[in-house]
Amino acid sequence: MSATLTRPFDQPDAPADLDLRGHGQPLVDKTFRWILFLCLFVGIAFLAVLLAYVVIKGWPRLDSRLWTNMPSIRRPEQAGAESAITGTLWVIAFTALFSLPIGFLSAVYLEEYAKPTSRFARFVEINIQNLAAVPSIVYGILGLAIFARALALGQTVITAGLTLALLVLPVVIVATREALRAVPQNIRHGSLALGATLWQTTWRQTMPAAIPGMATGTILALSRAIGEAAPLLLLGAVTFISFNPTGPFSAYTTLPIQIYNWTKESREEFQVLAAATIVLLLVILLAMNAVAILIRNRTQKRW
Amino acid sequence: MTTATASSAPGGLNPLRQTKPRYGEAVIRGILVLAAAVSLFTTFGIVISVLIPSLEFFAEISFTEFLFTTTWTPLFANPQYGVLPLLMGTFVITVIAVLVAIPLGLGSAIYLSEYASPKARKVLKPTLEVLAGIPTVVFGFFALEFITVYVLKPIFPDIQVFNALSAGLVMGIMIIPTIASLSEDAMAAVPSGLRDGAYALGATKRQTALRVVVPAALSGIVAAFVLGVSRAIGETMIVTIAAGLQPNMTLNPLQGMQTMTSYIAAAGSGDVPTGSIEYKSIFAVGLLLFIITFVMNMISIRLVRKYRQAYQ
Repeated sequence: MSATLTRPFDQPDAPADLDLRGHGQPLVDKTFRWILFLCLFVGIAFLAVLLAYVVIKGWPRLDSRLWTNMPSIRRPEQAGAESAITGTLWVIAFTALFSLPIGFLSAVYLEEYAKPTSRFARFVEINIQNLAAVPSIVYGILGLAIFARALALGQTVITAGLTLALLVLPVVIVATREALRAVPQNIRHGSLALGATLWQTTWRQTMPAAIPGMATGTILALSRAIGEAAPLLLLGAVTFISFNPTGPFSAYTTLPIQIYNWTKESREEFQVLAAATIVLLLVILLAMNAVAILIRNRTQKRW
Repeated sequence: MTTATASSAPGGLNPLRQTKPRYGEAVIRGILVLAAAVSLFTTFGIVISVLIPSLEFFAEISFTEFLFTTTWTPLFANPQYGVLPLLMGTFVITVIAVLVAIPLGLGSAIYLSEYASPKARKVLKPTLEVLAGIPTVVFGFFALEFITVYVLKPIFPDIQVFNALSAGLVMGIMIIPTIASLSEDAMAAVPSGLRDGAYALGATKRQTALRVVVPAALSGIVAAFVLGVSRAIGETMIVTIAAGLQPNMTLNPLQGMQTMTSYIAAAGSGDVPTGSIEYKSIFAVGLLLFIITFVMNMISIRLVRKYRQAYQ
């Protein structure tokens, strides 16, 4: 430190764009920079190894058997994940059906209607922040006690859809609020000045302008629900299911649960099958994320 | 919605005054408030659904037996309900995860916030965040099939197939994005005047980062740590798959152990008869888990508010 302080004064005819930052202990500083980069690199390298491993391990089973055959315990070479794929589609459809309208409306309330001083709104806000960090297995307990048992919906598609909807609700609300916040105030003021009511302004001006942001957030929220397994363990998804769901009150299984079931089997063929199903699941999630990014980039508007 | 047409035809002599009271607007407001209240009902529902069976549980098993005895054998003929082994399992795995995630997450955050060029950050940050989007069942599979077999077994030949170490390590990697992204937000909120001041005094980039930016963002960074710990405590699939299902009162990470979450998952996915004491034990453990994570989440939320107030 003391050496660096005197440095600029040692060079009386220094150039005008002199870098005034100190240059003491260059080796320590350089090492520090490399250590930081290494920290970041570990996470990214881990990701790369994980992806490579599941692709290599699952490669022998990455063919049409995976999505045209039903799970089987006796004949792993014939087993597929068809019922898990259709089950995932059913459950996610119900998750979207419940979580999106409620999420959008909650966000509109908090962002457009509630006064900043409203104690109710502040309480809801803190509550949402907490809910976002409640362990997902606790939502499973909620689903088991309230939806499956108290409301007697049983261990069905609709119970899973409702439970996952509550789980991703905070994500939908936070993303929608951000999208609404990005719409400039001028648009609201212009609409209100022309005599539109608050709801007319919100419905015809603010929300349409926020659609791209809402779509992005929605896709990310649903992709979280697709990958979620823990709460469904308590909601009957682990039972051996070799048929496609026939309706909201049908039994079901999903991709993450099917992966979990195969991981528990001791035979190596099932581990390969689990890896292949993981690749399928990751491809679905990747595709959804790509769509989300595409929407964001396509519609990025400079106000 | 029905009032929408009224606005285009303001009637009578006084066009600026609203002619009809707009009941529709009030109805819509009511619907919005109701939607916002769903999240309150969710919290209420969680509390009710863990509390009621727990109270029944504690009517049969004393509080002190639950919290202070060291045998957890709900499936035995003579079941014992001492939750300490589950707490121990959660503790050991969380500590391993935190030892991985805090240095790596904070290092990544400092690099992204203070060192990376805007261009590099645009690529590196989303890549790191892909980690947060990987389903936890995938991490569990990877911990069991890869980390234990190919990384840990060569180093520790007597490691068990199911062990706390692989679960903890992978969980640590999983929460890096949580810690990195929140810490980076906190560092980004530090006014650049503080950095410029440090540079003007001759500090190097490292000195500025470590002695000015990190201390100034400390409440946000601690909030990130607390949230990361809370996520580690609540994580279920990785421990269920990779750490085994045997309650184990030990600190040895090479052995398998059961956590609070993996007990809930294992007991809840089996055929436990409703109303039995074993069924109720799921909720008692759930209550304990909810209380622990709730306290940590609240601490984290408070700390984030603190730094937001300080710099806005």
